[in-house]
Amino acid sequence: MSQKTEPLLQVEDIHISFGGLKALNGVSLEVYPGEIMAIIGPNGAGKTTMLNVINGVYTPDEGRIFFEGKERPLKMKPHHVAAMGISRTFQNLALFKGMDTWCNIMVGRTQKMHSNLFSQGLYWGMSQKEEIEHREAVEWIIDFLEIENIRKQPTGMLPYGLQKRVELGRALASEPKLVLLDEPMAGMNLEEKEDIARFVLDANEELGYTIALIEHDMGVVMDICDRIAVLDFGNKIAEGTPEEIKSNQKVIQAYLGEAEGE
Amino acid sequence: MLYRECGNYKDTYARDMAIFPIPFDRWGLGVMLVLAFLVIPYVASNYWLSSIMIPFYCFSLAALGLNFLTGYAGQVSIGHAAFMAVGAYASLILYGRYGIPLLPSILGGGIVSAAVGSVFGIPSLRIKGFYLAVSTLAAQFIIEWVLTHWKWVSGGVFGTVDAPDLQIFGWIIDTPVKKYYLVLCIVVPLVLFGKNLVRGQLGRNWQAIRDMDVAAEIIGVSLFRYKLIAFAVSSFYAGVAGSMITLAYYGAANIEEFNLLVSFQILGMIIIGGMGTVLGSFFGAGFMVLLPIFINQTLLALLGLETVPSDLRANIELIIFGGLIVFFLIVEPYGMARLWHTIKDKMRLWPFPY
Amino acid sequence: MAFFLEVLFNGLLVGIMYSLVALGFALIYKASDVFNFAQGDMSLFAGLALVGFLTVMPLWLALICTIGVMTILAYGTVFIVFRPLVARPPLILFMAAIGLSFLVQGIGQSIWGTQPKGLFLGIPEITFDIKEVFLNTFDLTFGGVAGVLVVGLVLFFQKTRTGRALRAVADDHEAALSVGIPLLRAWAVTWMIAGIVATVAGVAWGSRLGVQFSLSLIAYKALPVLILGGIDSITGAILAGLVVGAGENLAEVFLGPYVGGGIQTFFPYLLALLFLWFRPYGMFGKEIIERV
Repeated sequence: MSQKTEPLLQVEDIHISFGGLKALNGVSLEVYPGEIMAIIGPNGAGKTTMLNVINGVYTPDEGRIFFEGKERPLKMKPHHVAAMGISRTFQNLALFKGMDTWCNIMVGRTQKMHSNLFSQGLYWGMSQKEEIEHREAVEWIIDFLEIENIRKQPTGMLPYGLQKRVELGRALASEPKLVLLDEPMAGMNLEEKEDIARFVLDANEELGYTIALIEHDMGVVMDICDRIAVLDFGNKIAEGTPEEIKSNQKVIQAYLGEAEGE
Repeated sequence: MLYRECGNYKDTYARDMAIFPIPFDRWGLGVMLVLAFLVIPYVASNYWLSSIMIPFYCFSLAALGLNFLTGYAGQVSIGHAAFMAVGAYASLILYGRYGIPLLPSILGGGIVSAAVGSVFGIPSLRIKGFYLAVSTLAAQFIIEWVLTHWKWVSGGVFGTVDAPDLQIFGWIIDTPVKKYYLVLCIVVPLVLFGKNLVRGQLGRNWQAIRDMDVAAEIIGVSLFRYKLIAFAVSSFYAGVAGSMITLAYYGAANIEEFNLLVSFQILGMIIIGGMGTVLGSFFGAGFMVLLPIFINQTLLALLGLETVPSDLRANIELIIFGGLIVFFLIVEPYGMARLWHTIKDKMRLWPFPY
Repeated sequence: MAFFLEVLFNGLLVGIMYSLVALGFALIYKASDVFNFAQGDMSLFAGLALVGFLTVMPLWLALICTIGVMTILAYGTVFIVFRPLVARPPLILFMAAIGLSFLVQGIGQSIWGTQPKGLFLGIPEITFDIKEVFLNTFDLTFGGVAGVLVVGLVLFFQKTRTGRALRAVADDHEAALSVGIPLLRAWAVTWMIAGIVATVAGVAWGSRLGVQFSLSLIAYKALPVLILGGIDSITGAILAGLVVGAGENLAEVFLGPYVGGGIQTFFPYLLALLFLWFRPYGMFGKEIIERV
């Protein structure tokens, strides 16, 4: 990865606290176009909080956020952030359980659909054209993720691993500039992990998506990521390529405890 | 194999995305429409047409409206009857006082109701769950108060406004059959319109908000926009329903016809009929409209109670009504639409057991 | 000034009654997640039962019998209606409560009739004034009774073993089950307590307005109180009752004449809505933090 290019996303010196608890304490991160970047760290380190700050769910107390070189206000509605081209999957499943798989993925394309209420109600003209056009795009994603056989099943009934895959599809559906994945492989068996890792790599290499992910499985992170940032207790303690992180003393301490480090 | 999904190949997305992709459903709808337009008006008595079918259609429309809001978008409202009242009074004022033609007046009633509904939808942006449900009672009480206290709206006397004779371009609508057609011709297009809304992007965004609102917003669904649209569309349907029931059934707008009990009944319709289904709105409305008639005319006679005094009879009706609601919720919590689904599953396999 | 105080004070006395009904809602909601729309109808039921018993027995015995009837009602409700509905979505429970309200109303009126009945408890209604603030003994008596009941309930929940078990159930159904608290029995006890609360409210309102159908409508007075205070908060229900009682009385007297009167029906809702806009979970409600 060339470090000379402009970062796609740059967060600077983010501070946020919840009722006295400092969740993030001056963390800065960059995500460069075309890379797979990982945020790792022990439980409670502030990883998901960071994603929520980027998405606009939380407004940080201090800091600056740049996307594509332009600064965005700290307080911003999540759907406006989505409109900028940032999409997201969630740590605990957050699919729309009452809807079929293809409808879930279709919701991901909502920012791209513009037909008005009357056109939709009559299902005529623009609306019909749009529905079919976007259905094709959704089918393409279904094909990419190899979930054709569940396209018309309600997602609430699907096994866990497949739900995670549908969520990935929903995030890709908006054709975002940046995809945030919050523990895409949590709670999976080896085979399922390999599947998801393959899809993430394909999305990055074949489709050219820039991806930032949170993951606990070190093996996977070391294998597929270009760059890694390590958070601990709301501070960034290290950043670098997988090799650099492996040998970083601070990281080893954070993960294995003080005794091992000394 | 009565109900067939197989053997009809959808070779384009257009065909898969059609409103009724399965031939059996298209035929079913066709049969229902023929029944509604060509059979019922000629076989049903005037009593059936004006006291059962017309209220049934009107309440189905109102229930469909509430289903958009509660069943699809997940925002519980217990003030829905008030929006029917807004539509009823608004269209009466437009038609009776300002002489605007009938159809624009009815739609106008819906539009006024939609505007009022969006205003009462604003709290939903901050308030959720039962807090919101109780807040929607505010709509019920405030609207009732306005309709009884503002003389400009209600004419002053107990909030009652008589409906003038109905006519469209000189075609006078006076018999039950003509009124039946008037109602049917408004209900059918509106229901198809609504069906398209809920299966399109709007409906998907509503369901996304219902199932997981935070995730929906991060994915890109504007909660502000789609919640308010839900309130507006829902109130529009309620307004049109209220306006039609007043013009074609009651013959006068009276605030008592839209009180809290009616709001509960409509909520009951969608829960018993099936939340988040268009068909369920019809099942529920049918259940609620037919139940009192059934209790009064059949059940009491069967139990040999037709001689009991009327106030006791009203109470027995209440008991049976309440009991049936509870019974239904215990046996089929997802409503009659789910029963229909089960029947379809059975028909798909029939005559084989599995 | 004296007039203002009088309006305020009478509002507060009415407010205690709202608190009582709202308390019934809050107790049941906390314990069983049921938004009990039948709370007002339970008051009506209790009032009807008391009037019925009073025709054949003295007051003290009639009160005991009424509470007995409310206990049967509570157990019947929990074991017949809500046992099959355990773990169903809240909206279904809510609709079941609406069905229950029709049932309770219908049964009560079938047994004891629909005509309005007077209820005389022998409490004197003497109006007197303290520095030109007019009050009457009747309102004060019931204000006092309600106050004692509220304090008693708080002590019951804080200090007794049963009370603690009920609080455990309210906090977490499964955890309570796992330490051996029988869920349905705990619910039934809660419904019984709510029934007693409903009895007091029903008797108080019934002896003022007569026992009749409209008694069940006090539920709609209690609802804005409930959301203003926070649905699951007992303190909230009590405080909000006072705020709403005083607020609506002041509004009706000082604001009503300018807009046409009768604003008592919706003023509490407006008050609650305004407040909730800034604090969506009421004064003391448990805030639900959504995590993604």
